Amino acid sequence: MKLIIAIIKPFKLDEVREALTGVGVAGMTVSEVKGFGRQKGQTEIYRGAEYSTNMVPKIKIEVVVGADLADRAVEAIQAAASTGAIGDGKIFVLDVGQAVRIRTGETDETAL
Amino acid sequence: MKLAMKIAAGAGLGALFAAPFFFGPALAQAPAAAPVVPTDAMVNKGDVSWMLVSAALVLMMSVPGLALFYGGLVRTKNMLSVLMQVLTIVCVAGLLWVTIGYSMAFTNGGALNLFVGGFSKALMKGVDANTFAATFSNGVYLPETTFVVFQMTFAMITPALIVGAFAERVKFTPLILFVVAWSILVYYPMAHMVWYWPGPDFTAGLPDDHGYLWGKGALDFAGGTVVHINAGIAGLVGCLVIGKRAGYKSEPMPPHSLTMTMIGASLLWVGWFGFNAGSNLEANKFASLAFINTMVATAAAGAMWAIIEQVVHGKPSLLGAASGVVAGLVAITPAAGFAAPMTSVVLGAVASVGCFFFVTTVKNALKYDDTLDVFGVHCIGGIIGAIGTGVVADPALGGQGFMDFTVIPAVAGKYDMASQLWVQTQGVLTTLALSGGVSLVLFLLLKFTIGIRPSKEVEVEGLDINAHGERAYNY
Repeated sequence: MKLIIAIIKPFKLDEVREALTGVGVAGMTVSEVKGFGRQKGQTEIYRGAEYSTNMVPKIKIEVVVGADLADRAVEAIQAAASTGAIGDGKIFVLDVGQAVRIRTGETDETAL
Repeated sequence: MKLAMKIAAGAGLGALFAAPFFFGPALAQAPAAAPVVPTDAMVNKGDVSWMLVSAALVLMMSVPGLALFYGGLVRTKNMLSVLMQVLTIVCVAGLLWVTIGYSMAFTNGGALNLFVGGFSKALMKGVDANTFAATFSNGVYLPETTFVVFQMTFAMITPALIVGAFAERVKFTPLILFVVAWSILVYYPMAHMVWYWPGPDFTAGLPDDHGYLWGKGALDFAGGTVVHINAGIAGLVGCLVIGKRAGYKSEPMPPHSLTMTMIGASLLWVGWFGFNAGSNLEANKFASLAFINTMVATAAAGAMWAIIEQVVHGKPSLLGAASGVVAGLVAITPAAGFAAPMTSVVLGAVASVGCFFFVTTVKNALKYDDTLDVFGVHCIGGIIGAIGTGVVADPALGGQGFMDFTVIPAVAGKYDMASQLWVQTQGVLTTLALSGGVSLVLFLLLKFTIGIRPSKEVEVEGLDINAHGERAYNY
């Protein structure tokens, strides 16, 4: 099993979700996050007070899939989330040791 | 004095001719005219309706208008502190008004009559459903209770305006004590100096019975000096004595909800029609004039601020347009019944430029932390409006000039812009000196006795949970 963590541009969430369900991913966890990479921050001005924010808003998607599905899922996210501009985000893939479905007690890939 | 004393007021000649007369020409010429006895027949139901609605509109400016305008601009952790400060000040100032405030502002103060009233109507003594208050027209009266409650709403909002200057870092109880002392020592004397007079039917018989600035002929239709300069300078002094917020200029302090600020600014605009057009005291064509002037000056100021930001920052901000709206409302306040619509537009636009310069450039250069720009918008906008009133009131520019009430019926006075500008300046300087000076003493007294500023720990964690035991938003 693999945990795929994708940091993407917020407006790309729907496309990524559709792409992932298209390759057979059954569920995902989504959070609104802030961070920075190469993309520069934004400047906010409130009357005379100017704040430059280094952190830009992003969406973090966490998906756990069987090992056989991982590559296709990563490709699907990469294709759907790409705009070609800086700030498109990153994808990380980690090994997962165990999974349990709380309702039934099923474990590992049957729990996904 | 050989010259007729110059007395200024909002109502003009037309209203007088339109009003039914109770005086013959012979009576008007007699210096010791028989005293007028106001009766129910001299009260107009339209006037009473308009003034009661106006009083409610001005209350709406404070709660929720000003409270939301200010509240949206602070950080989440201090939202309730601002709402609670404004709400409590409104309650306390209202009670103080019926206790001694109305009497100190609107009665004869004996030896001190130029500067403050007396206590003859304290606790509403002698004020009931059968007493009357003068308007600006001969032979036209309001029920005195209507006038008391209308003026009460001004006494409520003025101290509430001050809290924006030191929002996010003030102790609640000392603030309320300040408001009580400031109302007594500054607001009531200012209201008396600017607005106290015996009314158009009695001025000829009582030529010396008036406040200091009224007697000089200072024009302040709805409270540019009494309300805005008065509160603005008190706020500046307060923020200087209390000091900057912890983390000022080193950590971001963006407004927590500009949506609230937009709602508040819009309620202020609507409520301000009661403030300005209501200050005419009668529902006549001069109330209508004050109404349209308030509308267009504000529109011009809001648009102007957005244009300036588009040029300076490349993006017009909602907060900027809302700030412009308030700056325009402040500036047109003293001029509302004197200006013409198109001079009001100019006045509003000029106020926007002046206030923008103060809240962006001057504040940053001088490094004072006027949290919500009470000085930059209310005091500066108020000064621009007060001085500007001397210009736009000139009949040569389509203004209404002033009325000479030393004769019955009152006639238009001879307008001289240069001398009027000097009188307006005296009004501004008197307000700055009285309110600035007394506020300084009061804030220093509080600072070195019971303390006016919470501990840094309380300030950093937020006033809501520490001072009021609640949070604005529980998600």
